[in-house]
Amino acid sequence: MIRIEGLTKQFDDITAVEALELEIRPGEVFGFLGPNGAGKTTTLRMLGALIKPTSGTAQVAGYRLGEDDHALRRNVGILTEAPGLYDRLSAARNLSFFAHMYGVDDVDGRVERYLKLLGLWERRSESVGTFSRGMRQKLAIARAMLHEPTVLLLDEPTTGLDPEAARLVREFIEGLRDEGRTIVLNTHNLDEADRLCDRIGVLNTRLLALDTPAALRREVFGRKVVFHLADLRPEFEATVANFPFVDAVESIDAKLVVTLDDPENQNPAIIAALVSAGAQLQFVGEIRQSLEEVYLHLMSKEGAEPERGDAP
Amino acid sequence: MNRVYQIVLKEWAEVFKNRFVLFTVAFLPILAAALPLGILYAINSSPDFVTDIGEDIPAGFAALCNNLTGEECAQYFLISQFILLFMLLPLAIPITIASYSIIGEKTTRTLEPLLATPITTAELLGGKAAAAVIPGVTATWIAYLALVIGAALMDVGPGVMDRLLDPFWLTAVFVVGPLLALTGVSVAVIVSSRATDPRTAEQTSMLVFLPIMAVFFAQLAGLILIDARLVLLIALGLIAVDAVLLAVAVQLFQRENILTRWK
Repeated sequence: MIRIEGLTKQFDDITAVEALELEIRPGEVFGFLGPNGAGKTTTLRMLGALIKPTSGTAQVAGYRLGEDDHALRRNVGILTEAPGLYDRLSAARNLSFFAHMYGVDDVDGRVERYLKLLGLWERRSESVGTFSRGMRQKLAIARAMLHEPTVLLLDEPTTGLDPEAARLVREFIEGLRDEGRTIVLNTHNLDEADRLCDRIGVLNTRLLALDTPAALRREVFGRKVVFHLADLRPEFEATVANFPFVDAVESIDAKLVVTLDDPENQNPAIIAALVSAGAQLQFVGEIRQSLEEVYLHLMSKEGAEPERGDAP
Repeated sequence: MNRVYQIVLKEWAEVFKNRFVLFTVAFLPILAAALPLGILYAINSSPDFVTDIGEDIPAGFAALCNNLTGEECAQYFLISQFILLFMLLPLAIPITIASYSIIGEKTTRTLEPLLATPITTAELLGGKAAAAVIPGVTATWIAYLALVIGAALMDVGPGVMDRLLDPFWLTAVFVVGPLLALTGVSVAVIVSSRATDPRTAEQTSMLVFLPIMAVFFAQLAGLILIDARLVLLIALGLIAVDAVLLAVAVQLFQRENILTRWK
């Protein structure tokens, strides 16, 4: 659905995005993570044919950038970083204006459908200037959906929203994923990226990492299994470390934390060895690293200044 | 064309909710028609005033009065002082509308979602220009029509009526007016690309009034005479100026410039 080939954007001497290579599959929710100035918004703007790449190209919804940008825009919906609504106009007038811009046939019907879908129908005649931030964001999402695009580019859709409004927006995005739309998401919220995205690209001008959230955790930290013991004796650590498939062992309090490639197949052997050595196992579980830790690790390796818990 | 039409409707729905814009569009044309009509009324009410003013008419202007009576010449001289108001109107109104429209889009950050639609740059700029030019030109023409009808109702001499409808006035109102409106929009786009406040943009754009005001005061001082030839020269000059300004405005109004350089 989206194929990015060596996409690069320079503003005078500054390289905003460098040689981005990526393929996003139909129906996939793809998230870009990265610090401020990493090139996420620039990438979205290039994919939406808002700005031209300096070099490289991309194919979006079947259209190549620079070849038929008008047709591309007709098939792509963009939620910009700021809602960008006309405050003096009503909610319905805002949407009908954009429906005309997108060349929608049944303008009134489409406006009604999306206002109802996002719970704004009752307030359709009110000036947008009187709306809360959450309502404005919902209206902006409705605007991005008016022409029923196959590809949606969402730039920080929940930033600045209260938890309830953010949850509503997330649920709407999940609904769009269920409809099979391809969604590219820039987000500040790592937990949101973890929950919504099928795959994640960590961007800092260049693409630093690309995979599913689970695979990124594995790639960065491996899989860590914790063995809780009634009594931790020094020989237990050596027993576990003797296995060739064990990458690392740490003892913390009465626990052994073991880094493994394939816990499902390797755990039984470790458990048997520990029991043979006289260990009393209380329980075994896998430690789930947060995406935030993965992100911070990647950023510190890159020498960038990440924003803990709030990566743009 | 539908997109241009929709942009025009949207612009009007937005900017005419701004009281300052509404005031400019409504008040200036009333002033342009009322001032000369008021003076005509004063002349008709006081025959002595005509005699007095007749002595002050510059020799160059008097030469234009070859077929007019002394009273008609005085009436025509006084009305002619206001022809420049009819040139300022189509400049001032589009500048005000375009400044508020473009800066408004900048401050509310509505240009990016608009540029994300399949609209072409020509449609967007055309819609914004039309939304600013049409009220300016229409208001000028209505004010001119009000002046002509008002003058007829006040029973001015037939010679003066002929002059109000001669090519000099018609060129000034129907040719120079729209050209000046285009100048105003181009200047407003250029200034708005750098300004962040509509009033600053409007005030800076209003600097284009200076050459017209200079002509106005030069005429008052008797240094020049605004006649058909000068109006024609102004029109030709404006065509060249507009071509250059429009090219600059279109260049500044490119998508990438708007998104990355307009602050």
